[in-house]
Amino acid sequence: MKTGAWIGHSAVDAMRYSVLQILKEGLTGNRGWKPVWREPEPKRRYDVIVVGGGGHGLATAYYLATVHGLTDVAVLEKGWLGSGNVGRNTTIVRSNYLLPGNEPFYELSMKLWEGLEQEFNYNAMVSQRGIVNLYHSDAQRDAAARRANAMILAGADGVLLDREALEKKCPYLDYDNERFPIKGGLWQPRGGTVRHDAVAWGYARGADRRGVDLIQNCEVTGFDIRNGVCHGVETPRGTIGADRVAVCVAGSSGKVMGYAGLRLPIESHVLQAFVTEGLKPAIPGVITYGAGHFYVSQSDKGGLVFGGDIDGYNSYAQRGNLPTLEDVCEGGMALMPMIGRARVLRIWGGLVDMSMDGSPFIDRTPVEGLLFNGGWNYGGFKATPASGYCYAHLIATGEPHPVATEMRLDRFERGGAIDEKGVGAQPNLH
Amino acid sequence: MIIDHPLLGPRDAQEFVILGDASLIDRPDWQAEDAAQQFHDYQHLRDNPAGEHRELWFHEQGDRSWLVVTRSTLTHEVLKVELARDVAIARGRNR
Ligand SMILES: Cc1cc2nc3c(=O)[nH]c(=O)nc-3n(C[C@H](O)[C@H](O)[C@H](O)COP(=O)(O)OP(=O)(O)OC[C@H]3O[C@@H](n4cnc5c(N)ncnc54)[C@H](O)[C@@H]3O)c2cc1C
Repeated sequence: MKTGAWIGHSAVDAMRYSVLQILKEGLTGNRGWKPVWREPEPKRRYDVIVVGGGGHGLATAYYLATVHGLTDVAVLEKGWLGSGNVGRNTTIVRSNYLLPGNEPFYELSMKLWEGLEQEFNYNAMVSQRGIVNLYHSDAQRDAAARRANAMILAGADGVLLDREALEKKCPYLDYDNERFPIKGGLWQPRGGTVRHDAVAWGYARGADRRGVDLIQNCEVTGFDIRNGVCHGVETPRGTIGADRVAVCVAGSSGKVMGYAGLRLPIESHVLQAFVTEGLKPAIPGVITYGAGHFYVSQSDKGGLVFGGDIDGYNSYAQRGNLPTLEDVCEGGMALMPMIGRARVLRIWGGLVDMSMDGSPFIDRTPVEGLLFNGGWNYGGFKATPASGYCYAHLIATGEPHPVATEMRLDRFERGGAIDEKGVGAQPNLH
Repeated sequence: MIIDHPLLGPRDAQEFVILGDASLIDRPDWQAEDAAQQFHDYQHLRDNPAGEHRELWFHEQGDRSWLVVTRSTLTHEVLKVELARDVAIARGRNR
């Protein structure tokens, strides 16, 4: 999907990154490359300040500039760009949601992924290798069929695979498991993986080139709120004014919105991820277990990238505990016993903003001029393009984008929860 | 994480399930004028602090008691453990 025209950048890149240039730099020790984005000092004020330089914040700034022509914009990031979850996730993208409040939004995101590399002229390694959600009982099969229909209605793709078709793709699964036999799966061919860091870098470079100031090491520590109107933010580098302040800090949402005196329908939790040593290609796409919480894909380097449930207790520690590791590995062993031969190389954790119904928010707040984007749970990476696109729309026009009209902070008061799993206001169960 | 149970001594956190913020003890008065608003806030809004957090844990694989655990969300350190019943009574509940 084409979202904005900017002729000239590819020509600049062609010169900067030409074969000749690469040869020359290769022979002279690669000392001539220039930084890809500027390191500006913050100005006194901006039209828009985006708080948080993760995937969503950078995408928001990018679409503000490209779609809405707003370039007097700063992104303020506490650490370095992409130091949060955009660089910690397991890179899975999909649009296989059920509910009307969610599915059109995630399908917009999928369409944006499909055109993203052309759009921002950066190799984000968008790889539509497919995702399958397994089912293990008749009831789960019915639910998968219903979900596939909901996906198709929203313009996405979904195919119900029976055991035979699945066995052709993944012969090594434990189909005849006594407790949870595998009967088939819901396959979304257009799902897959995307290189997470490159997404942050591509959006950052695109935003910077259009004049957006990307300011790193600049933590927002408060808001300048007078008479219910937000006029800017406090940072260790001084007060920075803005007409609109758009918060986009994912796992730190509760903490940051607390500075404005707001309590959110969100709890911060920890989610862990695991990677094994490199192995020969074995996993064709993404496989998710339907009888426990376990999912796996294989990176281009060959490592099995897998994960499962959040640890379950509130946490801002960016690390988890061993019982969850054990639980996730048990899920892996139940699904595909051959995984027991692989050795785990790396484990890490990230802060996830778990909401009361498992769905996100892109909304205004009771404070005029202060907007909020968060509640992405364990699944906001896939949402990055649409989140930025819809947040930019809300910031620029004052109205929610048509696919994000349900993602409101007041939805629980109105009985409008978007609860895909149907477990109620219990964040650690979503 | 190890939870120092007031009756049973130190126990592995794996024996427990966590419900969430201990403010869930303070169930609003259903007859209040603004009960609907109060119940919305009670059920859905959280302080979600980065630091000390008081939370409800249930000893599912133990004596099935409810505990109020004060824990740092920054370090996971368990700072204090009380029986939820004692906390509720101290806050004016009758049980
Ligand atoms: C282990 C793990 C695996 C995951 N796997 C997947 C997956 O496979 N698929 C998927 O779709 N999603 C996945 N997710 C979820 C996804 O990564 C997040 O939902 C998403 O990245 C959140 O949006 P973001 O990129 O903007 O967040 P972040 O990158 O976390 O950005 C928020 C930024 O705000 C900054 N910030 C915080 N406080 C302040 C402040 N006061 N001032 C200034 N800046 C501040 C932070 O430093 C951070 O850079 C996973 C998450 C984890 C932790």
